[in-house]
Amino acid sequence: MEIKVMKNIMHANQKLAQENRAYFRSKGIKAVNIMASPGSGKTSTILKLIDAFGDKAHVAVVEGDIASSIDAEKIDKLGNPVIQINTGGGCHLDANMIKSAVESLALKDGAILFIENVGNLVCPSSFDLGEGIKMVIASVPEGHDKPYKYTSMFEAADIVVLNKMDLMPYIDFDRDSFYKGVKALNEKAEIIEVSCKTGEGIERLAQWMLTTQVSHNRFL
Amino acid sequence: MHEYAVTQSMVKMVVDEANKANAAKISEIRLVIGDLSTIIDDSVQMYFDIISEGTIAQGAKLIFKRVKAEFRCKSCGEVFIKPPVGFDCPKCGGLGTPTGVGKEFYIESIEIE
Repeated sequence: MEIKVMKNIMHANQKLAQENRAYFRSKGIKAVNIMASPGSGKTSTILKLIDAFGDKAHVAVVEGDIASSIDAEKIDKLGNPVIQINTGGGCHLDANMIKSAVESLALKDGAILFIENVGNLVCPSSFDLGEGIKMVIASVPEGHDKPYKYTSMFEAADIVVLNKMDLMPYIDFDRDSFYKGVKALNEKAEIIEVSCKTGEGIERLAQWMLTTQVSHNRFL
Repeated sequence: MHEYAVTQSMVKMVVDEANKANAAKISEIRLVIGDLSTIIDDSVQMYFDIISEGTIAQGAKLIFKRVKAEFRCKSCGEVFIKPPVGFDCPKCGGLGTPTGVGKEFYIESIEIE
């Protein structure tokens, strides 16, 4: 006998993500899912933004990592609430991990919550965490072809940060091709060029983060 | 790349459905997977063989229905299958944009005994 199922396999994750989203909405929390390759500057961008916000925002951080707590220790030094999630080899964070992490963080109303996903341009794009903003960081040395290879990641982004701009003179990075790829997938995505090394563009990114409105109704 | 987690979720879903129907065994599972979903059939199969062991889904045949990624040209409106590289329209060379077709990842139906 045949049974029609017609159910999305991500259903369980999406349900939990919606619960997280409802929680963030009720507390006016801006949750930002930061996705990028390993080494593109996710932690550096978070550190720079915390500094740039000054007293304009309460920032808490969820650090996703395969095994270490190196990144969480850097955030902890600044005195911001941080919680480490080790996925134990898993390639992405999921909504359930965020749910338990957030429960132990005691977030302030109106805070900005940075969720640093596992360094990976594939899997994290498939798992909705309940965030209001998806930030994808690409860095100049990775090359301009990333939007063409990792379409889901760039298609979902609200903001694309192009980091390590200070290396532009030394790398064959075709800026037009990069912009064209991002815009083809995602016309609305904001692209902001920064360098965590020199501080270029950080102020603009911080302003965007502070002023942008969160869409709490989003699905993947 | 994340097939372990999604296969685990898939097995739970089909076993729940089959239990609702008081089935003794699941003999076939039909999955619809878009080319943009980043899911690889062989990998799902491999994890399925391990995860389904000891459940009523053990030994079920997995049928994979792949859906190609469709893009629409912003200049001429042509709908085309995404070429291996880039998103350019094969007709006019304009910029293609995703239509949503190719992102599927769901269980269509199961066969129970």
